[in-house]
Amino acid sequence: MTDTLAAHEGSYLEYEGRHKGILGWVLSTDHKRIGLLYLSAIMVFFFVAMTLGVMMRLEMLTPGETIMKPQTYNSIFTLHGVIMVFLFIIPAIPAVFGNFIMPIQIGAKDVAFPRLNLFSWYLYMTGATLAIISLFTGGGAADTGWTFYVPYSIRSAQNVSFTTLAAFVLGFSTIVTGLNFIVTIHRMRAPGMTWFRMPLFAWGLYATSWIQVLATPVIGITLFLIILERLLGVGVFDPALGGDPILYQHMFWIYSHPAVYIMILPAMGVVSEILPTFARKDIFGYKQIAISSLGIALIGYLVWGHHMFVSGMSDTARIVFSLLTFLVAIPTGVKIFNWVATLYKGSIKFSAPLYYVLAFIFIFSIGGLTGLVLGALATDIHVTDTYFVVAHFHYVMFGGMGIMFFATMHFWFPKMFGKMYNEKIAVIACTIIIVGFNILYFPMFIMGYMGMPRRYYDYLPHLQGWHILSTVGSWILVAGIVFMFGNLLYALLKGPKAARNPWGGTTLEWRVSSPPTVENFDEIPVVTGGPYVHDKPTYIMQPSKELVHENGDKLKGETLKAH
Amino acid sequence: MIEHTEALEHTATAEHSHAAAHVHRDDEGSKMGMWLFLFTELLLFGGMFLLYGGYRFAYADGFKVAAADMNTFIGAINTILLLTSSLSVALSIAALQQNQKKLCLSLLWFTLLCGLAFLVNKYFEWSHEIHNGIYPGGPALENMSNGEILYFGLYYVMTGLHGLHVVVGMIFIGFVMVFIARDKITSINFQKLENAGLYWHLVDVIWIFLFPLFYLLH
Amino acid sequence: MEQTHESRAFGTENHSHTVGYGTYIMVWLGLVALTAITVTVAGMHLGSLTLLAALTIACIKTSLVAYYFMHVKFDNMVIKVFIAVCLLIFLTFWILTFSDLSFR
Repeated sequence: MTDTLAAHEGSYLEYEGRHKGILGWVLSTDHKRIGLLYLSAIMVFFFVAMTLGVMMRLEMLTPGETIMKPQTYNSIFTLHGVIMVFLFIIPAIPAVFGNFIMPIQIGAKDVAFPRLNLFSWYLYMTGATLAIISLFTGGGAADTGWTFYVPYSIRSAQNVSFTTLAAFVLGFSTIVTGLNFIVTIHRMRAPGMTWFRMPLFAWGLYATSWIQVLATPVIGITLFLIILERLLGVGVFDPALGGDPILYQHMFWIYSHPAVYIMILPAMGVVSEILPTFARKDIFGYKQIAISSLGIALIGYLVWGHHMFVSGMSDTARIVFSLLTFLVAIPTGVKIFNWVATLYKGSIKFSAPLYYVLAFIFIFSIGGLTGLVLGALATDIHVTDTYFVVAHFHYVMFGGMGIMFFATMHFWFPKMFGKMYNEKIAVIACTIIIVGFNILYFPMFIMGYMGMPRRYYDYLPHLQGWHILSTVGSWILVAGIVFMFGNLLYALLKGPKAARNPWGGTTLEWRVSSPPTVENFDEIPVVTGGPYVHDKPTYIMQPSKELVHENGDKLKGETLKAH
Repeated sequence: MIEHTEALEHTATAEHSHAAAHVHRDDEGSKMGMWLFLFTELLLFGGMFLLYGGYRFAYADGFKVAAADMNTFIGAINTILLLTSSLSVALSIAALQQNQKKLCLSLLWFTLLCGLAFLVNKYFEWSHEIHNGIYPGGPALENMSNGEILYFGLYYVMTGLHGLHVVVGMIFIGFVMVFIARDKITSINFQKLENAGLYWHLVDVIWIFLFPLFYLLH
Repeated sequence: MEQTHESRAFGTENHSHTVGYGTYIMVWLGLVALTAITVTVAGMHLGSLTLLAALTIACIKTSLVAYYFMHVKFDNMVIKVFIAVCLLIFLTFWILTFSDLSFR
């Protein structure tokens, strides 16, 4: 009983349950602590992969050998891709902020399956460990690129089996998280929180979770088959045994294209949280944004073939996939226009998170529009496998999901740690990041158009100017990122105490203390209105004490029954 | 006034559930989670069925030649075994609902027995093929056409993975049986048994497709 | 008491449907009969129809297992929609992959 009492008083950070110290974290089933476990692991891998990226750029500073041998370069771009995709971009927002914030946003005390949630973190760590082991065992890290295309991935003497096994295990980790979120959102919303009163971040996560559940198993089995083929020589994909490498590419992209939306949908969800908060205005087109998340998830399943336009697919398939690809622009456009319309006539307060979001809208639009260039058959053939593609997916992945990860951190940092950071420095860091980002990646569009192929160790001297510019950009970008994290780290240690609701947010997480208590709420709140209403509260935090509420007339039996 | 009373009632339940938050039980949610997990299993095998479809489309003749080697009789026996085990799982739930714990447990024992018999059959089938030199890199398989090589590649992977699922399902049911014996699963709290049943039926469903695709291609 | 409180607080109705043994046994008999039919049909040399027949029977068997043994019959709409979505997505994988394979 004392335990339960303590739970109400202390924050989740100080709470001491059955286990103390570090065990209290790695054995905790509290969704908030698991979120932070993910955060710490993900930060480490982000810095590792970022370092690998900087090394690649350094190698490209001069033609020929600069700092490493070609084989090392191949391993490094593979690891950069694998770590960034599977260990950072895919899990970052759902596993960290989805875990931490989403249950609070929907008025729940935890996710539906807390122990499964912890298990998925262990799966993540197992996958990560396997990826690291692959570096030092066998022939060294895989050199296939993160796509593991056959037949090379079957023949490569490097340690491809371990790297694919790592991706396989990580896949299961995201499946478990996705499954958990779907059930949580269906079953654990607070009384009165109907689907269309749910915050848009939860909508984004819901769509994401469906992709995780329905697409990830396909890559699981595909990578598993590669391992079997390497270890036992089972004939499945090897063309020498009649296998069809294009069928491998189909199966790889059946997952990996929807995975792109696993990466971006949660980020878009956060955009829809931050904009109404700082525009002091209800979001424009709530239902359209919510539904367009599902629309993106659905169309995301239908367009994987645009990664394979030059791989020898049938003409029919190419035309079909190209057409379907253009459809993605519709729900994405719906979101972008609604976001901009939200800002229109709002009383905008320029805070650090909003700066990052505006940077996101600018950079992501460039990424999205160049995506249409790649989705059109004729232009795609000219720029396939060039730096143009590299630039495009860094604009959507890093510029989209990465920048939004930074925005999310700045937005919910005071809530998660109860500390406030220096906003001025955060804005300066944001500016440096945007400048560095564009100097790093924009020249790649130009180089790609001029014919610089991706994944090449060497290049012709006339491209060197652009390469130098790009490498200098990488230094600026890294400086900005280090500056930004330094600011947050300083705040974590020495920052002033944050208020309960520093931004004037309207969703439930801003109604609980910063940092939240162990069980988030003293009482499960009752929801009486939409998530972004600024002029009157739409939550009854303590239904037992606030019976006579200004919205008391809305307290009908109907509202009380959850769903 | 009425509204207020209802609100008070709600508060009472809310407080109650708070105290019991760590032990709360949501059968519907648990079932939903299980179904979502089954979807992932379905798509895991679905990926392989897609491969099978692609290769059968490309090598229809090779697949037919290779399938002629399969023993339809053993395949049919295995199908009946799994169907029967599915029946006994379904019956065990009905038995538990009517508080017939002993009957429920014996039905689950019977299920395990069927699963075991299935695996024994599979073992003999596999050893027969391997004995004949039909295995990846084996002397007989190396001389076969590409279609046949792919057929047997998929045969080993798909039935092997399915066999693994049979084993997992048996372990799952085994745990559930322990819970039933210790009265942790009862006639009013049987979602775990239901979930084990769902898993077992899925294993059955996958076999329902594997059987015609690998054995009945004459 | 515990039970009622729980259900109210979480909006749950912890289920309690019962199905007689007879229904299950009838379904099982049907499944065994379909297995016999599929084996017989496969031996009849129907050419390209063989595959179609085998798959149709497999689908019928699956529906029986799902509907009765897996209790989809008693499940609420949400689970039914889930299953439909899952099958629909799986179907699109096939259609789009074969838009390549069959026109190459």
